[in-house]
Amino acid sequence: MRRVLILFAHPVLERSRVNRRLLAAVRDVPGVTVHDLYETYPALYIDVKREQRLLLDHDVIVFQHPFYWYSTPAILKEWQDLVLEHGWAYGHGGTHLRGKITLNAITTGGPEQAYQRGGLNRFTIRELLAPWDQTAYLCGMRYLAPFSVHAALRVVGDDDIAEPRERYRQLIEALRDDRLDLDRAASAENLCVSLPSLLPREVA
Amino acid sequence: MTDSVLAQAFIYLCAATIFVPLAKRLGLGAVLGYLIAGVIIGPFVFGFVGTEGHHVMHFAEFGVVMMLFLVGLELRPALLWQLRQPILGLGGLQVAVTAAAVGGAAIALGVAPRPAIAIGLTFAMSSTAIVLSTLTERGLLKSRGGQSSFAVLLFQDISVIPILAVFPLLGAASATEVTDVTSSAGRPAWLSALIVIAAVVGVVAIGRFVVRPVFQFLAGAQLREAFTAAALAIVVGIALLMLQVGLSPALGTFLAGVVLADSEYRHELEADIEPFKGLLLGLFFISVGAQIDFALIVSQPLVIAGLVVGTMVVKLLVLQALGRIFGLDRPARWLLAVSLAQIGEFAFVLLSFGVQAKIFPDQVASTLVATVAISMVLTPPAFILLERYILPRVTARGAERPQDEIVDAEAPVVIAGYGRFGQIVGRILRANRKPLTILDLDPEMVDVLGRLGIKAYYGDASRIDLLHAAGCGRAKLFVLAVDNAEVATKIAETVRQHFPHLTILARCVDRPHFWRLRALGVRKVFRETFGSAYETGIEALKHLGYRAHTAHRLARRWRDHEENELEELADLWSSGDREAYFQRARGAMAEAERLMRDEDPTVYVENRAGWDNESLRADREVDATVADPTEVS
Repeated sequence: MRRVLILFAHPVLERSRVNRRLLAAVRDVPGVTVHDLYETYPALYIDVKREQRLLLDHDVIVFQHPFYWYSTPAILKEWQDLVLEHGWAYGHGGTHLRGKITLNAITTGGPEQAYQRGGLNRFTIRELLAPWDQTAYLCGMRYLAPFSVHAALRVVGDDDIAEPRERYRQLIEALRDDRLDLDRAASAENLCVSLPSLLPREVA
Repeated sequence: MTDSVLAQAFIYLCAATIFVPLAKRLGLGAVLGYLIAGVIIGPFVFGFVGTEGHHVMHFAEFGVVMMLFLVGLELRPALLWQLRQPILGLGGLQVAVTAAAVGGAAIALGVAPRPAIAIGLTFAMSSTAIVLSTLTERGLLKSRGGQSSFAVLLFQDISVIPILAVFPLLGAASATEVTDVTSSAGRPAWLSALIVIAAVVGVVAIGRFVVRPVFQFLAGAQLREAFTAAALAIVVGIALLMLQVGLSPALGTFLAGVVLADSEYRHELEADIEPFKGLLLGLFFISVGAQIDFALIVSQPLVIAGLVVGTMVVKLLVLQALGRIFGLDRPARWLLAVSLAQIGEFAFVLLSFGVQAKIFPDQVASTLVATVAISMVLTPPAFILLERYILPRVTARGAERPQDEIVDAEAPVVIAGYGRFGQIVGRILRANRKPLTILDLDPEMVDVLGRLGIKAYYGDASRIDLLHAAGCGRAKLFVLAVDNAEVATKIAETVRQHFPHLTILARCVDRPHFWRLRALGVRKVFRETFGSAYETGIEALKHLGYRAHTAHRLARRWRDHEENELEELADLWSSGDREAYFQRARGAMAEAERLMRDEDPTVYVENRAGWDNESLRADREVDATVADPTEVS
């Protein structure tokens, strides 16, 4: 069984429609640690040693956050800058993250079709996530396709998001139980869409 | 003309109402106010009250009993145990040495040995009523000198019992002729001792096992006046019990107070007894004032003046010497000596008892009573002298301890005041290897720091020579962390004037102090309790359900607004226009509320969400500007 760490970052969770509900879907899953970064570090002061210990204690690292300005909320950038130290995460002797699995679980305001060539946002989600992809690569981690929920602002009640919620929980459980086809999950576009085809037949 | 009780009460109350506030306004203190009121309504000025003053005084002495009960309530048993050395050592020596000195002087003046001993013991007493009231009124009771004074008074209260027992032996009358104030006469010594022990145990047992259930019962009944009645009953009952077994009632109620100091009804008892104590004590002081026999004083002014001055000087010298032996510093010694130099109210009892025991004749006793009363009246003025002229001289300029010689102070930071505030600043700097020069006016603090391996200098930071020696000429930063607003302002003025290049960061106590320091050119001023209160506010928001990050942002937003307002309000405050000031302050509060509403993500605002591509597309078609894109779920 793999241990799953969800690094959660949302500066105004009070106004969240999707992230709040996604988080609720996985919060109580056994073997999953939810780490709420803005709640832990309200003034953005990050305890590097503690974060590194958390990473060491888990095999799957999920960064769950809204997709702000084609990237992450500020605290995750700060987290990257401080926690992924040279000699620890990468570079000479930086082998502590090697072999771990990582992905971004994101929500966007715009609809899916906006994220493509010719669309309003001109790039695909995977293209926009290239810095995370490369970071994972440099640290020797296995980077999977993102779990993206689009048009988050159209979500009003629980019913609007019943399917992504269920898929998110399935994904986390499958990662935990090593039931996910990792090769295909790495090359997919959006795990939220393609999850059913990546799970073993009898379960899916 | 004043034969009815009501008329009497009216005169006493009127006198207190008029003269006490007047005396306080003039800086003389309430005790002196009562004494003056007594003199004025007494037989020698207006004669509103006459010979019944004795009875009034006897009744009013119960105020002293109540006061000791209240003092006991403030004193937990553990604290009393801590005071055992000053009580027995300092108190015991004070009574013994003063009695010997006064008695010796009396013999030298030609008094026979037996009356001389009686006078010595009588004059060794000090006035619990005046001293404790004055120390409390001036906030000195908790100081080292105040605590020592209290310990000595406590011992004196205890020692009255054996002194009363000894008096009959000193007199010319046989023991049976004397109406003993205690009822222990005629019993064998061992039985008396047993009864006394039983009474003390009884008081402790009452405090422990009876008072609580009774009060619980009363609390259930929700009767405010029943509480008061019960509290009074406790005090009166214990006083009665003590009188029965021949102990001092004041001592007994004090003991009961100590036993109840840990109980949950402590504040209830305090609140109930306090007004009675205040009125009765006031009455007591008035009756002391009314009793002064001016005719006698006028007939032999030099004798009485000599007795008063002589006794007080002897007592003062003895106390000074004992204070030195017991390691009190100079201000504490002065406080102890001046506060206990008078002769106390017990002397009235002892003197009348002495007359009954035929130790000395009536005329001698009258002269001595006048001496006692005058010495009591002189105590409040002596306190004023002490506070205005003596204490400043023996403390501030550090006559006790010379200013430390500061060598090679090259540190870039000078910290003045290294108490709770300065220490935090200093520890952060020291942990980051920034050398400091520390100045403090508390010799104990300097010694404690020395034990921690931190070099601090004892000295007055408002003195230019000391500031020079501390390296202010070369330092970059001056942290002004003293806790006294006046002193802080004075230091800031001196530093600004003589070291204008030096940046000052200062602690302030309140808003006016903040503005005063800013006006002096202090770079940044910090309200001393702001930091911790701010943190508490954030924590409170979190406990009300706000996310940590949101609580931080809200509090920070509020703080920026508040600090901005604080600077802006400075001019309005100094203009003296209070109406305009409060109007502006009210406006600022409303503004803060509006700001918070804007910032608070839990307050719903329409059209807040902007990062919806469809709406962006629509906007682009209108004017190609991109709306605020940061609001996304």
